Order: sequence, then C-alpha cells, then structure tokens
Amino acid sequence: MTGTLIYACVGAVLFVCGVTGLILLPHLLRKVLAFNIMGSGIFLMLVGLGQHDNISDPIPQAMVLTGIVVAVAATALALAFVRRLFYLTGKAQSVANLKSLDQTEEKLITMERNKEGDASK
Amino acid sequence: MSMKSLLNTLVIIFSATLGATLIWAILELPLSNHIHLSGQVLAQLDTTGVRHPTTAVLLNFRGFDTLLEVMVLLLALLGVLDQTKKCTQKNLSISIRLTQSYFQTLVWSARVLVPVMVLVAGYLLAVGEYQPGGAFQAAAVLAAAGVLLNLSGLFPSWRELSWGFRAGCIFGLLLFLLIAAITLFLSPGVLLQYPITLAGMFILIIEAGLTLSLGLILAGFFLLLSDEVNNKEVDE
Repeated sequence: MTGTLIYACVGAVLFVCGVTGLILLPHLLRKVLAFNIMGSGIFLMLVGLGQHDNISDPIPQAMVLTGIVVAVAATALALAFVRRLFYLTGKAQSVANLKSLDQTEEKLITMERNKEGDASK
Repeated sequence: MSMKSLLNTLVIIFSATLGATLIWAILELPLSNHIHLSGQVLAQLDTTGVRHPTTAVLLNFRGFDTLLEVMVLLLALLGVLDQTKKCTQKNLSISIRLTQSYFQTLVWSARVLVPVMVLVAGYLLAVGEYQPGGAFQAAAVLAAAGVLLNLSGLFPSWRELSWGFRAGCIFGLLLFLLIAAITLFLSPGVLLQYPITLAGMFILIIEAGLTLSLGLILAGFFLLLSDEVNNKEVDE
C-alpha cells in the first residue's frame, strides 16, 4: 500500500461513519452533521486518489474546493429548514405526515395575524 | 433482542461491509490506468495567466463551473432568507453567557484579530496566483471574521438584508457575468476563453469580486440564522 492511499482509505471510513449516522440518528441536527461527515469523506477520497507519486492533481483539488463551499451553503440551508421544522412542530425530527405540518403552519400564520391585528388596535 | 436493536445491528453490519468494500476497491485500483490530467494542466499552464494549477483549473479551464457555483450559493442564500423571514421565534440558537472578564477577553481578541483576518484575506487573494489560496479561501477568512464579530457582540445579526448587503452579495456574480460577456465578445462562441495577455488581470478582477461577495454570502449564512448576543445578561 502506498502512503498516499491512506488518505483515500480514511475518507472511505469517514464516508461509512456518515452513512451509519445518517440512517441511525433520529435528530435532524445530527443527520445534518452526519451528512457533512459523509461529504468530508468523499472529499478526502477524491483528493487522496488524485494524489500519486507525491504530485497532487489540480483537478480533484479544484472540484473539492468547489464542493466544500457548496457543502457549507447546503448545510446552512438544511439548518434553516431544521429550525423552521422545530418552530412548527417543536421537534427536530423528520415528519411523516406533511398535511398536519401545513395545518400547523396555517394556524400559526392566522395566530400571528390576529396578534398583529390586536397590536394595531 | 428488540426490533430496534436488531435493525441497528443490521445497519452497522451493512455499513461495515460497505466500508470494507470501498477500502478494498481503493487498494485494488490499478494506478497505472489513471488518466493523468495534471500533466495536461501543467502543459497548458503558461496560457492561463496564473502560475498555480488549482487556480488555473478553477478560474480558467473550468471557469463556468465556478460561475455556476456562485449561483448555487446565491440560491442557498435565498432559501435561508426565505426561511428566516417566516420564523419569528429563535428556538435553536443559544445566546452566549460569559462572565464579564471572559467576555472582555473575547471582545478584545475579536478587535485585535479581525483586522489581521482582513489582511490575511487580502494576502490569500493575492497569492492565489502562484501558490494555494484564492477567492474561496479569502472569502472563508472574511466570513469567519464576520462570525467572530457577531459572537463577541460587536456586530448585530441580520434580521433582514439591507440593499447594500444584497448588492454586495450579487456584485461578484455580476462582475463574473460581465467578464464572461467580454470574453464572449473577444472570442465569439467560446464562454470564458480569456485572451492570453488579459487572462491574469481578468482572473484577478473576478477573484476580488468573488472574495467580497462570497465573504458576505458565507457570513450571511451564519448571521441570518444566529441570535443576538445578549449583552444585558453579561453585564449582570
């Protein structure tokens, strides 16, 4: 085994850890973290495999650089969604019944409108 | 054994198998069959206007990729903006509660570090031409400075993006599109094909614009979702 392949192997281990976490952990925040670990594993695999004879390949590096920034953006969006869900249901767990979610949202919106109406009076 | 722990064991066995297969595949990969794109990049490096291969790939060979990436980031920012607008309660965020002496240390270190971070961002942007660095790294440092300022209570969270910030977020993309249009004009039919003499300058302009915009966007991801630092409780 050449020395550079150790990075790719560690990346594979990270990826698997992420997959396991994504399946097993019920809390959505943990799922987001697990997904990030998965992504990091893939990035490490890409960079590790692109490196041979101690010369790094610039193309996987550019891809990973792009990927890291997009992963940050996707994580922020996921966190915003999780927070919204927590606001609506009081739990940060995935919801099976989406209809009830819409109803809760409508209720909250009407409640807020009523509050605003009271305040303007 | 209950149903749930059986399921957990199954998932763990599945993951272990997946991991073992992946590592086996990596070790069995025939290295000699690799496509050596790095050689082609190095051979063409003189025509790109920069001396670092990664920067050349990011902003010259695959410039459109980076252009689309900035659009993806803006889309994500739009999503976050939409979600925060609806959300009146700040449930998941926790405010920092530090004793007065610790808080003073935080504030002072932020005041000392942030100017240095801005300098480092400028340095990273400038050295991207010939060593690791560039717009993304510089933007990440800028965004980190914003986060540090926010956490130490020196800079407020963003409830709503002002027009100045909105313009700043889109500035980099517009500059990029403008240069793409110029290159289309200079060499018809090929997007982002820089003329060799102007390539270095074009790349530097794009990177400078991207640093500012990406810094704002990345900081926005944190500042739009964060809660105000509660200074009153600190003072007590």
